[in-house]
Amino acid sequence: MLEYTEKIRETARKLLEEGKVEAFIGYTKGTVPMMNHPVVIRDPGKADILHWDSNCALNLCNYLTKMKGKIGIIANGCNSRNIVTHILENQVSRDQLYIVGIPCKGMVDHRAVKRAAGNREPEEVIEEGDTIVVKGRGFEETIKKKDVMQRNCLVCTHRNPVIYDEMVAPSVEEQKEVDQFKDVQMIEEMTSEKKWNFFTRAISKCIRCYACRNACPLCYCPTCFVDESRPQWVGKSSDPIDTMTFHILRAYHCAGRCTDCGACERVCPVGIPMRQFTKKLNKDALELFSWEAGLTLDQRPALDTYRPNDYNDFVR
Amino acid sequence: MLFTKDDWGKALEELRKSTRILVPVKEGDLHTFQPLAEKGIPDWNYQNTRMSPKALVYPQSERMFEYSLGEGDANAHVLKESSKEYKPQAVVGIRPCDAHAFQIVKLNFDNPEFKDPWWVKRHDSTTFVGLGCNEPCSTCFCTSVGGGPFGKKGLDVILHDLGSRFLATSLTAKGEGFLAGLKGGQKAGEKDIAEAQEMEEWAGQKISGKIPTRQLKDKVVNQLFNAPFWEEVAFSCINCGTCTFLCPTCWCFDIQDEVLGKEGDRIRNWDSCMFPLFTLHGSGHNPRDKKTQRVRQRFMHKLKYYVDKYGNGVQCSGCGRCVRYCPVNIDIRQVCELMNNY
Repeated sequence: MLEYTEKIRETARKLLEEGKVEAFIGYTKGTVPMMNHPVVIRDPGKADILHWDSNCALNLCNYLTKMKGKIGIIANGCNSRNIVTHILENQVSRDQLYIVGIPCKGMVDHRAVKRAAGNREPEEVIEEGDTIVVKGRGFEETIKKKDVMQRNCLVCTHRNPVIYDEMVAPSVEEQKEVDQFKDVQMIEEMTSEKKWNFFTRAISKCIRCYACRNACPLCYCPTCFVDESRPQWVGKSSDPIDTMTFHILRAYHCAGRCTDCGACERVCPVGIPMRQFTKKLNKDALELFSWEAGLTLDQRPALDTYRPNDYNDFVR
Repeated sequence: MLFTKDDWGKALEELRKSTRILVPVKEGDLHTFQPLAEKGIPDWNYQNTRMSPKALVYPQSERMFEYSLGEGDANAHVLKESSKEYKPQAVVGIRPCDAHAFQIVKLNFDNPEFKDPWWVKRHDSTTFVGLGCNEPCSTCFCTSVGGGPFGKKGLDVILHDLGSRFLATSLTAKGEGFLAGLKGGQKAGEKDIAEAQEMEEWAGQKISGKIPTRQLKDKVVNQLFNAPFWEEVAFSCINCGTCTFLCPTCWCFDIQDEVLGKEGDRIRNWDSCMFPLFTLHGSGHNPRDKKTQRVRQRFMHKLKYYVDKYGNGVQCSGCGRCVRYCPVNIDIRQVCELMNNY
């Protein structure tokens, strides 16, 4: 995917020069390996700082919320689905945006790379097609990208953007016959007690930093329920019950809206498998309402619409 | 004193009977300080713990007081201090940057004007046994902020890892007491001390990160405050608490009352200047209701207000946690340079 960088720079430069956008949102290369830095540029002369590689796994849609003016933004499959959701939820309007579509081949899990390097510190991580070369003091490892991909990317079925104004490259082939919900099924098969233990263990390291919530474009409430102080809905201490309340409620607020972009899991400083909370809801949305979030602007999301003549009883 | 690593382990096992020994233990992908026990097997080859060890003296959530709201209760509405434990503890293997950090925050918790009783008592009942860094990380910049891979600030004992042996050197009376309580070990020879010295020099050269801080104290506060770069610095920030919670020198807290029925607890929790609630006034007004203001606060506090108030350098020990784990790669080294050179 490295070859996209040049095209992104060229497009951003042109859009800014021609005044088609006032600002362009993308990534620049980070100061530590496998961490890239979201940037907004307004000067076409700065287009050359833009960068793309397999470590651009945040969700840039996060920055669009209530943004004014005409904005250029790069978007791969999942990010584009969040842009659709943002438009449907009136956080930004379609005519404000110039979307530069990125056919995505999956993102690298920085933790998996460190594990593959025997937990030694990677000082340089070089991407070469399907391989990743990790260099550190006294070692060099070559690993296959597919062995260190983010887990959400391994089961992704929407790698290409669903909405765009131009593409940086031709579409990539979508992954077929992936078992999206194998891990969810494993949890579904557990007894209630085992499920509770599973989730309790999963969040036991949580430090309530809210990186998962804040990295998510879906979380844009002016005041989150955990930040309310009058009334106070949830305790502010590291009490496990309050922490669990936060995680469960956060997940439910994402029901029918989550695109499984994986940003929550990626940013967690203590490695909590956050997607296990949201994926069950994605599965329910798909099975109960045939709904996958953010695929089209022409249909209201499953959980914000109803029909008086719905065949289910609960609406009547 | 010189210990083989085997003897060091045995000596700590023995000491565990009288003192709580905390050691770096690997759990999944990250290390944490855990009480030395059968499960808490120390990993002396670790780089650093993910969370800074500040919680060992200053827990993320701490019950300060308890009270009753029962009107029939003779002590209704009277705060009673919660019982606390101050059993002697030793943090063995703490990195010099993290020990230095305790000295940096001491100016806040333990000064002639104010003493935080819980921080002080817990700090004073803790012995800090540092493990010098033979292999500093690429994100370390301790040497730029008054420390070093074998820095001694805040330490009672420093360990040099000489391969199969530890050279343990006491730096304070508390450290001497700690070493006297350990069984085994032998007097270090000149050769061992020379080897340790060489190791120190070598490690110091390996720190590649150099950040300029010298001019920060001469800057005019309002000029820095109104500098044009804050919008750009803050753009990518998602306002999470990763930097502040992982930081060994962030000390801010919030006090909360939690009531169940007629029983109440007054709890002190770590707070973060990244959170909107941090400065929300009772009136509903929030003087820092924008992201950029909060980001600026974090850097101004660490790199300007602290510098001016205490004359003790910056409020940072160069551990590099915020550099490595900031989800959006906001790098304090770059921000410091911007501020210093503005």
